[in-house]
Amino acid sequence: MTPAITMSPAPPRKFQIDTRFVGPILISAILIIGHLFFGILEDWRKTVTCFSISIIIEMAIGYFIVGRLPHLASAWVGGISCGILVRSPEWWPYLVAPCIAILSKYVIRLHGRHLWNPSNFAVAALLLIAPQTVASLSIQWGNHVLPMMVIWLFGGVIVYRLNRFHISGTYVLFFFLFAALRALLSDDASPLLIRVQQEIAPITGPMYQLFVLFMITDPKTTMHSKKGQTIVAFLVAGMECVLRYFGPRMGLDHIATHAPYYALTIMGPSSNLLEILWNRKAKASTGGISPTPATA
Amino acid sequence: MTPVTPPKWKQAVVTLAFIGLLWGSVELNKKNVRSANGPTKADPQAVERYGFKLEDVAKASGIDFVHQPPKLDPKLAPIQERVADMGAAIAVCDFDKDGWQDLYFTNSLEDSKNVLYRNLGDGTFEEVAGKLGIADVNKTGTGVSMGALWGDINNDGWDDLLVYKWGVSQLFINNQGKSFTDVTSTANLPKWMNTNTASLLDYDSDGNVDILLCGYFNENIDLWNLASTDIMPDSLEYATNGTPKHLLRNLGDGKFEDVTERVGLLKNAWTLASIAADLRGTGYPDIFLANDYGKAELWRNDGGKRFTDIGQEAVTQQPKSGMNAVMGDIYNDGRLSIQVSNIWEDNLLQQGNNVWVPKDGNKPGQLLYENQANSLGLENGGWSFGAQFGDLNNDGTQDMYLVNGYISLDQKLSYWYDYAKFSVGNGSLIRKAENWPAVRGRSLSGYQQKRVWTNDGAGRFQEVGQAIGATDLYDGRAVALVDLWNRGVLDVVTANQRGPVLVYKNTVKPGRHWIKVNVTGSSKVNRSAIGAMVTVHWAGMKQMQVLSAGTGFCAQNDHRLHFGLGETTNVDKIEIRWPGGKLQTLVNPKVDSTVDVVERTAS
Repeated sequence: MTPAITMSPAPPRKFQIDTRFVGPILISAILIIGHLFFGILEDWRKTVTCFSISIIIEMAIGYFIVGRLPHLASAWVGGISCGILVRSPEWWPYLVAPCIAILSKYVIRLHGRHLWNPSNFAVAALLLIAPQTVASLSIQWGNHVLPMMVIWLFGGVIVYRLNRFHISGTYVLFFFLFAALRALLSDDASPLLIRVQQEIAPITGPMYQLFVLFMITDPKTTMHSKKGQTIVAFLVAGMECVLRYFGPRMGLDHIATHAPYYALTIMGPSSNLLEILWNRKAKASTGGISPTPATA
Repeated sequence: MTPVTPPKWKQAVVTLAFIGLLWGSVELNKKNVRSANGPTKADPQAVERYGFKLEDVAKASGIDFVHQPPKLDPKLAPIQERVADMGAAIAVCDFDKDGWQDLYFTNSLEDSKNVLYRNLGDGTFEEVAGKLGIADVNKTGTGVSMGALWGDINNDGWDDLLVYKWGVSQLFINNQGKSFTDVTSTANLPKWMNTNTASLLDYDSDGNVDILLCGYFNENIDLWNLASTDIMPDSLEYATNGTPKHLLRNLGDGKFEDVTERVGLLKNAWTLASIAADLRGTGYPDIFLANDYGKAELWRNDGGKRFTDIGQEAVTQQPKSGMNAVMGDIYNDGRLSIQVSNIWEDNLLQQGNNVWVPKDGNKPGQLLYENQANSLGLENGGWSFGAQFGDLNNDGTQDMYLVNGYISLDQKLSYWYDYAKFSVGNGSLIRKAENWPAVRGRSLSGYQQKRVWTNDGAGRFQEVGQAIGATDLYDGRAVALVDLWNRGVLDVVTANQRGPVLVYKNTVKPGRHWIKVNVTGSSKVNRSAIGAMVTVHWAGMKQMQVLSAGTGFCAQNDHRLHFGLGETTNVDKIEIRWPGGKLQTLVNPKVDSTVDVVERTAS
């Protein structure tokens, strides 16, 4: 492990919003509006707790490790993601999840990069090690069209502006294709159209909005090239399809139900590792000149 | 960018903290780990350890009723078990006033018969519903039973019978325990309604028992003749396509008037449980409704003229899957808490039950509650349905019995993935039954262990279900508590979907005392005294109970209110607050006996 931590660049000029905060601010705005009008957060205190813990831990650990305050955009998004995606009747997961997320960035590193998307790692880890206490967002945001459309629309714009739309787009495209494949392979006696609807239903729900727009697009935990990112998005959709299809057949309903998290948990770091190894190989063959920068 | 290499010791500290977090999560999770579902054996030392034990004596008592679900429109066949998932209900009453509590069970298959088991007092029962004319209520074309309630509708001293249905609910007048007369056609009940819960209450305290009917599926839907399969909720937590409720005022002449609109009880919902009690001491009963696919409702009764929904401010709630509503004085402080059953499936959907406890510092008449289910230990009941508060071990505190289990079919196959996958989908998809994945013989939260919690009186409940003998794994729907053999203990009767009725006979540790209070109205109060609030004071404590006609999911308990007293042999007093608000007090009543209290007519 190479314990190199990359510090943020110099702070932006006064009165100028750091572009890295544009996404988090817009996500937060969507959530606040969604909660005020549709009550989507159920218990807003838990989301706020997650967010606050995430920011505090990021500042504390960052200062402890490198002696300077790190950039907080990642902690902002990670805290909100944990606060929304973790579902538990207990309070402690809302304290622990952001801590795991932030610490994972500092602990699980290779060549100056953290391998997992922090909030994805935290959610997947808690789902695995605390299954009697933790579930993930499912029906709690309701099933209505309007709030979903608003979030898809604004989220899409944000992702487009951040030049990450190809990731979301690829994932969504292949989710639909793989859904159709699962429908074809299904042993359910329903008409094919019904089976297809059943398979695409999850992506019409609320959890996927966060997953597609803000989790799989995390720049730190995907490949650097646009082509690589597209391939990773495809691989995540493919792994999810595998988990969804085989999970129930192997009595692993809980794995299948949380398939997107586990798919990203598996494919994200795998792709990063491959890229790191490929970079090292390329660096060696080119006499020490790296083909891609060490960090995004 | 400035690459910084932190000291190794700092890296080690962070790594240790990270590992500690993961380990701590595993440890914290252990609190919610339960043994796997499956049959277990009761603890032979249960009476000594927990103060009581239960033993199923249904068959030995001659009770062999098995609930049958309806067969709905063929369009619903792929998810028949999911839609036809309710209908097993219990209503307790001494219909012939022979001193022994009798049991009425509902059936739900078209042309099946409901049953009334008359308690012979010798440990056996005789089925008499057919003979009395209250069995054949599920005729094809009229809908099927979802529940039943007893109450003296015509104030003649004999409890009458309301059978509420997916279809045409029916009302039967009790002819002095010898027969029943169907007065549905003249009573002016709703023509058709998919009723899943009802309450008898005197909402305007005029001395006549009124009827509250709450629907589940929309009342325009005939589940046997569907024009379309657009019948399901459009959201599993924020459904907007619920159905109206109906409050029927008893005019005292055998007819009812629908006053729903006049009193402002206007909110559509998918209601599964209702309970009425005078929570503010006004003399008029407030109404609490547990809704599936949405938030609960708490309707404040404004002097018997209007109702105002104060649910959101009173219980600051999250929408869940409300399936039960009962009230109990769990701290022995004269305040009623409200339990609502919800779903808990590990790793998939952990809504958890709610126990709404009145907040400390509430001003008189103020209704503000906080959910203490987690700290009380009452949160995880599996896929919870009916539950009741009652002192099962006569130690002086209110315990809880909860039945659960949704669909128990093939034990090796689970429907959960398909259910979870589709239920998060868009409302336009999930509201059509034809879109839902077929059940295909799979189980959904089936074969669950029942929960029995004993109350330590200090804010913690201990789960002892398997140890004390509640070892069945049926899909429990309704539970009722009743002293079947007049022994001063609460026996437990459960009605199971697609399953047999169970009668758990209770054996309580010797030396524990009790008192039962049997209240009767006279001039100004309905004869059944429905709505009476009874408080027993002993040994520096007090416990309040409300006489409800309809408490818990599709259930009605013993009319006689049971209070365990522990080792105490002296009761200081009993206070009765009658519907209307009048107080009556009895000083030093005899313990280990049933105290009959008739509303005092003189001022």
